[in-house]
Amino acid sequence: MLNHYETVFILTPVLSDVQMKEAVEKFKAVLTENGATITNEENWGLRKLAYPIQKKSTGFYTLLQFDADPSVIAKLEIQFRRDERVLRFLNFRLDKYAYEYAEKRKGIKSKAEVKED
Amino acid sequence: MANNNGEIRYLTPPTVDVKKKKYCRFKKSGIKYIDYKDPEFLKKFLNEQGKILPRRLTGTSLKFQRRVAQAVKRARHLALLPYVTDMMK
Repeated sequence: MLNHYETVFILTPVLSDVQMKEAVEKFKAVLTENGATITNEENWGLRKLAYPIQKKSTGFYTLLQFDADPSVIAKLEIQFRRDERVLRFLNFRLDKYAYEYAEKRKGIKSKAEVKED
Repeated sequence: MANNNGEIRYLTPPTVDVKKKKYCRFKKSGIKYIDYKDPEFLKKFLNEQGKILPRRLTGTSLKFQRRVAQAVKRARHLALLPYVTDMMK
């Protein structure tokens, strides 16, 4: 039974751009391998953290929205916990109101990106 | 000596501000989902120390107060909001 999920994770700022892209790709690969379909991906870039995590005060935020079976989430979390580049992560199951909101937000986001390009 | 009749008498009656009817802003504006990802909106429900404001001040209904609290705690987990601070909002 496919559920809608979204996950936000923070990567340590020490990484270079290439490593950061590669880390994001790694998690996307984990998802697609297990049969999840990624509907939306945003990276908020380097942001200042509200409080230092592991002595770092900035982090690279990434948001992934996807549809997956519940079993995929356990595997995803293991990957997150095992990878030391990830400072923190949060998986969240979207209920119907959250899903509507996410769809609406995706519209706004893509419009914003179009404006920026 | 039930009540001492030496109360202070005011020249003009002290104006107790008339209690304006508090309303739940979520029900009124029809917001159904509180997003934990935008801290600006959640800051309206935090005081200066970053603590969650009680319902009696914000007037939100119980159902939405729980969602606000849950969203704030998720935002704190993701370091979008501080746990405790003396930020000037």
